[in-house]
Amino acid sequence: MSDDTSVLDADPPAPPPPPRGVGDTIRLLLRGLGQTLITAGLIVLLFVVYEVWVTNFFAHREQVRVHQALQRQWANCTQTLCLPDGELKPIVGDGIANLYIPRFGLDYAWTVVQGDKVPTDSQLEEGPAHYADTAMPGEAGNFAIAGHRVGKGEPFLNLDQLQAGDPVVVETRTKWYVYCVLGTAPGANPCDPNAAGASLSARDANGVPGREIVSPDDGDVLLPVPNDTRAHGPYTVKYLTMTTCTPKFTAAQRMIVHASLQAEYDKAQTGDNYSNAVPAPINAYYSAGEGN
Amino acid sequence: MYVWIWRHLPGNLALKMLQVLVLVGAVSALLLFVIFPWIEPYLPLNQVTVSK
Repeated sequence: MSDDTSVLDADPPAPPPPPRGVGDTIRLLLRGLGQTLITAGLIVLLFVVYEVWVTNFFAHREQVRVHQALQRQWANCTQTLCLPDGELKPIVGDGIANLYIPRFGLDYAWTVVQGDKVPTDSQLEEGPAHYADTAMPGEAGNFAIAGHRVGKGEPFLNLDQLQAGDPVVVETRTKWYVYCVLGTAPGANPCDPNAAGASLSARDANGVPGREIVSPDDGDVLLPVPNDTRAHGPYTVKYLTMTTCTPKFTAAQRMIVHASLQAEYDKAQTGDNYSNAVPAPINAYYSAGEGN
Repeated sequence: MYVWIWRHLPGNLALKMLQVLVLVGAVSALLLFVIFPWIEPYLPLNQVTVSK
């Protein structure tokens, strides 16, 4: 390129008309082809930059918006104005709960938004999104949420690092719910990721594993008792299911993590931000995780 | 193409460099903020839901 430009800049006076042979035409075509390929390569590289970084920027802005709206809604809610959590009719695209996973650190906090029956791209760009037909947090059945793995805020980037017994905390307006990833050994503390005998593929009494990889059309993982098409209410176990894509950067399969409700705590009505009045048992999960 | 553009930019070398930077920036912005968001939904990336 620099050779070209120096020649061009020189601009010799009255250049003789160049003879146009076959060789010149081929050279011109090859150069055009080369430049096109290099340009295409640069555009693809720029697309990777877009997917991995730029989408995060926009998604985080959306997440901040839904999070602040949810906190405001909770703060302005008095008992006379707001229905109890179980009777609230969530608005699609609005926040419904906050999600915390101690394994991912203190700064891991996401507002879960209400999605459609199958959450759409725009809902997932706001944050992890709730499959509308599944249970709400703390309800019997299966509280199922989907989240992006790479880009778009990537809330579930490290979902593969969850271990059996890891707590997954869900905060609603009135309650803290502690779900723990399935797969801990029978008799062990279900919320202790360090207990012996834990395996993510181990199944609970209903045959639900801690983690499974399924095909994208396997909607059965969202059932009130995951994968059990014959189960019927009233349901007893309160499950939480998280879905994301796997392997990273592809849409070939889905990684599914199941957890079940192990504890719940009433929330003081003062709570109007993430860190207010976190119950001591939940704080303990964070300090326990620091050793890992 | 690039040679043609370079030849048609007015001014001296420094001015041409500046114009190149502006052009590259404009094309990148167009790709990042208009074209990529537009084509992305048609690509099989980032599908994270399960459904029958």
